[in-house]
Amino acid sequence: MSAGAASILGRVEPGTARGHGGGGPASTRITVAYGFWIFLLSDIIMFSTLFATYAVLKGATAGGPDGRALFELKTVGYETACLLFSSYTCGIGFLSAERHRVELFYGCFAITFLLGAAFLGFEASEFARMVAMGAGPARSAFLSAFFSLVGLHGLHVTVGLLWLVYLVAQTAAFGLKDFVCRRLHCFSLFWHALDIIWVALFTLVYLMGVQ
Amino acid sequence: MAESPEAQAKTTGADLEDRPPGLGEHAPAGGYGIYTAGLGFALLLTIASFIVARSHLLWPPGMPVGLAVLAIAQMGVHLVFFLQIGTGPDNTNNVIALAFGILIVTLIVSGTLWIMAHLDANMPAMLPPELLRGS
Amino acid sequence: MFGRLNLAALPLNEPLDMVASGAMILGILFVLILVSAKGWWPSLWREWLTSVDHKRIGIMYVLLAMLMLCRGFIDALMMRTQQALAIGTAHGYLPPEHYDQIFSAHGTIMIFFVAMPFVIGLMNFVVPLHLGVRDVAFPVLNAVSFWLTASGALLVNVSLVIGNFSRATWLGFPPLSELKFSPDVGMDYYLWSLQISGLGSLLAGINMVTTIIKMRAPGMGYMRMPIFCWTALSSSMLIVAAFPVLTATYAMLLLDRYVGMHFFTNDGGGNAMLYFNLIWVWGHPEVYILVLPAFGIYSEIVPTFSSKTLFGYRSMVLATLGICIISFTVWLHHFFTMGAGADVNAFFGIMSMIIAIPTGVKVFNWLFTMYRGRLRFEVPLLWALGFIVTFVIGGLTGVLLAVPPADFVLHNSVFLVAHFHNVIIGAVLFGVFAGYNYWFPKAFGFVLDRRWGIVSFWCWLLGFYLAFMPLYVLGLRGMTRRLEHIPDPRWRPLLEIAEVGALLILAGLAALITQLVVSIRSRERRRDRSGDPWQGRTLEWSTPSPPPEYNFAVLPEVESVDAFWQTKRRRAAQGEPPPHYESIEVPANSPNGFITAFFAVVTGFALIWHIAWLAILGLACALLTLLGFGWFERHGRRIPAEELERVDRAHREQAAA
Repeated sequence: MSAGAASILGRVEPGTARGHGGGGPASTRITVAYGFWIFLLSDIIMFSTLFATYAVLKGATAGGPDGRALFELKTVGYETACLLFSSYTCGIGFLSAERHRVELFYGCFAITFLLGAAFLGFEASEFARMVAMGAGPARSAFLSAFFSLVGLHGLHVTVGLLWLVYLVAQTAAFGLKDFVCRRLHCFSLFWHALDIIWVALFTLVYLMGVQ
Repeated sequence: MAESPEAQAKTTGADLEDRPPGLGEHAPAGGYGIYTAGLGFALLLTIASFIVARSHLLWPPGMPVGLAVLAIAQMGVHLVFFLQIGTGPDNTNNVIALAFGILIVTLIVSGTLWIMAHLDANMPAMLPPELLRGS
Repeated sequence: MFGRLNLAALPLNEPLDMVASGAMILGILFVLILVSAKGWWPSLWREWLTSVDHKRIGIMYVLLAMLMLCRGFIDALMMRTQQALAIGTAHGYLPPEHYDQIFSAHGTIMIFFVAMPFVIGLMNFVVPLHLGVRDVAFPVLNAVSFWLTASGALLVNVSLVIGNFSRATWLGFPPLSELKFSPDVGMDYYLWSLQISGLGSLLAGINMVTTIIKMRAPGMGYMRMPIFCWTALSSSMLIVAAFPVLTATYAMLLLDRYVGMHFFTNDGGGNAMLYFNLIWVWGHPEVYILVLPAFGIYSEIVPTFSSKTLFGYRSMVLATLGICIISFTVWLHHFFTMGAGADVNAFFGIMSMIIAIPTGVKVFNWLFTMYRGRLRFEVPLLWALGFIVTFVIGGLTGVLLAVPPADFVLHNSVFLVAHFHNVIIGAVLFGVFAGYNYWFPKAFGFVLDRRWGIVSFWCWLLGFYLAFMPLYVLGLRGMTRRLEHIPDPRWRPLLEIAEVGALLILAGLAALITQLVVSIRSRERRRDRSGDPWQGRTLEWSTPSPPPEYNFAVLPEVESVDAFWQTKRRRAAQGEPPPHYESIEVPANSPNGFITAFFAVVTGFALIWHIAWLAILGLACALLTLLGFGWFERHGRRIPAEELERVDRAHREQAAA
């Protein structure tokens, strides 16, 4: 990228641009985070397709069990707590990385990983329980929609955890260099977005599903 | 070393009034408090949602609306406190992108629900339920 | 071991398929042997296959599109011929299950592997140059996007040789596309190749949005961008919004087929109508993804060849954004007849008519630009003029179809087929051909042959009218689409006219290829050293042709719309002091895209044929590629200031001469 092009020309003072393209190309940090933000929005739109599908197929139980029969709010509560606190520790960890408090960063990201893994553990046991009682995804349209919506979120969490491990390894290998920090930034956006989707999920699927 | 947007801006001449999502006014100085406040609010809203769902505090037909309001409030808490999407001029691009995303989600979900409700009412399945299962 | 793959997958008892597969394999072998014999592999690898330069990637996209245009057009010719022959008691030469694959492949290829790559390729090549910057926001991601698209195209073509393609139309409607009624691999070829290329398209959209919003030359505020960049932005926003819906919908159909779920099945509570709804939530914005950049191309060509600034810049921007948003509120017009009822149909019908208004604003702006301009009838302008006439007709028939009662008569008739070909060929295809002729000199440094350009234009224009106007009439007379056999002999004359039209289009396509071959052969004679063969108005014409890897030695400073026009006037009036040059860093090449694509093809093929171990292996390797290439920090190549100065000075001297 052209460093300092605007100042070289002498006609645009550095730092005087007003946020809407006047000052030349944005910094790599801003560009990468914005691009990742756009990707997250596209991901949310993909989830909304599955949400819409779930809303349409919610009643199509084909004579099989519905939400009231299947959902256990206690487990959902544990899952919610795990994910919410992991979002918090991720945020604290990211902020620590920004301020080069490396120990705090490692600690917080370790806790984030453990909480995320716990979330997945609860979810896997929930899925296993449902499959064992004959309420697997091939049982009815409602269950297909449920498993794919909740499962897609779980898949995102799984990928997130793998990404977390990869990033921590990179930090250990390279330190908190610019390119590592950019990726940590993207990861934190991703992790917070997953919790936002979970809020919609537990409200619309579980809490409304047991009524 | 992680360079703040301000520091980078001074070398590239790029916009000072432009922030990526996720870095707020108080990064890097200060900011732990924002996350803690966000966690607090989110916890309250979560507990409220579960209480509303389990008990009969809300008039039953109004429960979905109540839950939806709580959910939207909590999503807002996440956006403001964790993702630090603000309303200042440095966040305009991020907010416009978010608004576009919300618009599309609204169109897709409400459009689908409206259309499918009409279709299911006008074009019901012809076979009796027993014949629909299996095969 | 090999899943469902066995020797029966080869088309050994289908003569037509054998010929087609044989021709394709021979063509590929010929290219591979030629490249090997001439020793071009190292240079091909270094300059093209691992390039992350947006210009190279754009050219590769366009090349892919043109190759697939030939394949898709052969499908079209086969269908036209079948319909001209199989009338009344005659049964033509194509059996029904073969015909069904051909119309499914024709639509799939034309939309996903011709129109999309052509449009994305032109956006890729032009937008960074228009914005006055060095590359897109994420160059390596750009390469990955291209190679994923190419992977999808490859898989579709593999289906010609190994197995068969889908018979369930270009959109794969259930319940026909469910396992029960499409048990063979055709549907899986369709789904997996489009999932792979769909990912590529989504990433390209994200890249383009970020580039246009965050990376512009100093001084280029939003209202100083060329209109092509506004349309590229709107189109890319639509890609980001619509393609996730496609991915999710195809994923649900795949889950139905592979795991026995019940999203769209007849049993288990599935709802096939939901698929129609969701696929068209994607499908309608998709056509605007294609047409908006084409409108942008016209907005560049018309001012240039009218020697006049575009009329109504602001209204063009508003119209573009209006079309972008409204395009997400009209999708039900593709299934008025499915039974949603009058109030739903009325809303979507009205929105579909409203979207014609900003489109009309654009047409008037182009006309007002040409009014009192000094028109130069070069080939790009011819395509633009052909577009205006043709697209207006197609748009009008679209507004007619937007009226639900009319659509109840005309839905899925060949009237509809005529309408969408009218708008896609008239707007999108003519637009990309115009852009191809317009920007070819910039990409390669020599102008395309004008005479063959004119021949190809007239053949395409007249061929289009002959091929599709009869279909409007036939549709009103009751002929449905996708007919492999024509029941009513009274339709024969019009079908024969349509066949002549198709042959004329074939001549147009041949003329286009001839234009390219002739131009390459005589390229020294038609070389353009000024970088500005058309007296252009936008920044890409300020660079040498072809531009150096870094586009601009010094990022231009923009003070108005039509930035280069203003620069030329300033230079002529008061001269310009030489700029100050500083060394820059350009991104290094990366084999990431090519290797990821290779594993994508392997994984896709394995999933199609249910070869579990190979699918897992392919996916794991793709993941390792991603992680491996992402591990180390990427360092670019430094280009010293002296080299920038040397190239820039040489270009300024050439341009002044």
